[in-house]
Amino acid sequence: MIVGATTPEGEPKSMVLGNPPSDRPAVIRIRNLKTKFGPKEIHHHLALDVFKGEVMGLVGGSGTGKSVLLRVIIGLIRQKKGTVEVFGQNTANLHGASLRKLQSRWGVLFQDGALFSSLTVAENIQVPLREHARLTARQLEEVAALKIAMVGLPPDAAHKYPSELSGGMRKRAGLARALALDPPLLFLDEPTAGLDPIGAAAFDDLVRDLQRNLGLTVLMVTHDLDSLNAICDRIAVLLDKRVVVGPLEELLKFEHPWVREYFHGPRGRAARIDAV
Amino acid sequence: MKSRRGREIDGHEAMSATQRVAGDAWCERSQSKGRTTLNVGGRWTVFTLGPLDRQIDAMKLDRADAIDISQLEELDTAGAAELVRLANRVGNKQAAVPIEGAQDNHARLIELAGKQKLRPEKKPHVSWIMHQLILIGTTSYGLLLQGRNLLSFFGETLAVMFGIVRSPRRLRSTAVVNLMEEVWLRALPIVGTLVFLIGFVLAYQGIEQLARFGAQAFAVDMVGLSVLREIGVLLTAIIVAGRSGSAFTAQIGTMRVNLEVDAMSTMGLHPIEVLVIPRIIALLVTMPLLAFFANMMGLLGGGLATVVFLDFTLVQYFERLQEVIDINHFWAGMIKAPVFAFVIAVVGCYEGLQVTGSAESVGRQTTKAVVESIFLVIILDAIFSVFFVSIGL
Repeated sequence: MIVGATTPEGEPKSMVLGNPPSDRPAVIRIRNLKTKFGPKEIHHHLALDVFKGEVMGLVGGSGTGKSVLLRVIIGLIRQKKGTVEVFGQNTANLHGASLRKLQSRWGVLFQDGALFSSLTVAENIQVPLREHARLTARQLEEVAALKIAMVGLPPDAAHKYPSELSGGMRKRAGLARALALDPPLLFLDEPTAGLDPIGAAAFDDLVRDLQRNLGLTVLMVTHDLDSLNAICDRIAVLLDKRVVVGPLEELLKFEHPWVREYFHGPRGRAARIDAV
Repeated sequence: MKSRRGREIDGHEAMSATQRVAGDAWCERSQSKGRTTLNVGGRWTVFTLGPLDRQIDAMKLDRADAIDISQLEELDTAGAAELVRLANRVGNKQAAVPIEGAQDNHARLIELAGKQKLRPEKKPHVSWIMHQLILIGTTSYGLLLQGRNLLSFFGETLAVMFGIVRSPRRLRSTAVVNLMEEVWLRALPIVGTLVFLIGFVLAYQGIEQLARFGAQAFAVDMVGLSVLREIGVLLTAIIVAGRSGSAFTAQIGTMRVNLEVDAMSTMGLHPIEVLVIPRIIALLVTMPLLAFFANMMGLLGGGLATVVFLDFTLVQYFERLQEVIDINHFWAGMIKAPVFAFVIAVVGCYEGLQVTGSAESVGRQTTKAVVESIFLVIILDAIFSVFFVSIGL
């Protein structure tokens, strides 16, 4: 199946393999996306749908624009052309209050947590709450404590500063902050990078559990083949400025040198992706 | 909605009594057959819980037998936690009251929230006086420690420098020349302009004040003396501390963040020899040049003021200057330049090497370096002043 009907003939197209859960509403809908840095084109006629309740992994070689795509969706980078719709709203048309409303419906976990270094973990979690929610001082404390417990941090982490935490704890704290407003949509930028295999697996489990319990839609940039295997429902591969989306089984059959190398290479075998 | 806040409704009325506005969170008490039930509904989310809390407080709840959430439209984890809290509060000591009528997804959230420990960790409380005492103690100890560390760094630097004097090939001359351009040549315009202006202002103010006694010609003495002895070199030192001392800290600090300094050490390069000594030498050599230039510009500024406000010619001004200002005043200023240079370079490099890990600490150390070096420069200047007067210079 090919999406993005306006693509001119002969150019590589974004492709959807297998059966997407298109009976559910699309949370993110990208059409005809084109992004450029100076003369360098990053995405060209890119099309992608992320449906409600799925965990989508975003992979691709270095410099193929995974993080750029993530940043375009959350509005940190402006596209040259094309539309990005999140919850049915075109992000390019939103300003002021409507943009803030949309921003309160997604949470973003940046690579190393991106916690505010001058605030404690609890205060970090309270930042979006103070900005968007209407809570009393007692509730602020309690919600922060609840989120800290939900991401598996010890209670005494609440009053620690980010510099006093280990890398894995910082990621968990970042996740707690991303979940502060119970957003239905969660973006994760390389959530397991820099964690040891045990920590990475635990983080995967945490994301999966939260996703199930809270009914989240998750879009995660990752290089971790184990995470792709363990928690992603579908995977989007950035190839030649466009994207190929499908469940892992379908991508394993997909004929493209990079995709073959990626999933069937030594690391792919080590992650026992072939066994899927 | 406001009218219903805190109202008690009994059993059958409850169902029909109120037109419910969708969206807001609400909580009501109803009684039937001696059983008290709390009916809750609307949206229990972070966006509504604040006002709800006041509403529930106003109801002055004591005991209830159950909480019915079948009319709940929306629930998030914070709302679920609030429900669990409410269930604990209206229950008796042993057990929370049951939460009834939950939809599947709501039940899951309530279970999730119920599992967590809800009491927020309290910050350890320290009384105000104790806090101040701790502050004074840690600050004083920190100052002592800082003094000791700086002194030992001075010593280490001197030792390495001595090594270089014995085998001069170890001096990184390219780095020294590059740094000289940066700290001297590029500093000339700013130092020159500022000291020129100060010289001008000083002379102008002097003329204004001394004219009352008909002694305006003495403004020349005043400008000559203060620029040569104090202003020229002091202003230069302050500008250099802000400009080059801070740059030293930032450069070395960034290298520490990138672990370049550690990499250097593992390759057998001595960070003090590679990073610190070239900076100290560059500043040591160029600061006197800069101070000399500053002195001349200051005198020129004073000269311009006398030409403009005193009808002197420049020749007359310099003749008078030569007449009244002894060469010793010039030396009394100049001798301070290399000392200040040494202090600024050492403090700048030392603070740079103290950077740990984060980019934030680069900024902190840079501020510290500038404040410390200006502080030390002014203290030293005062000591010099007293010393020169006591030896009659």
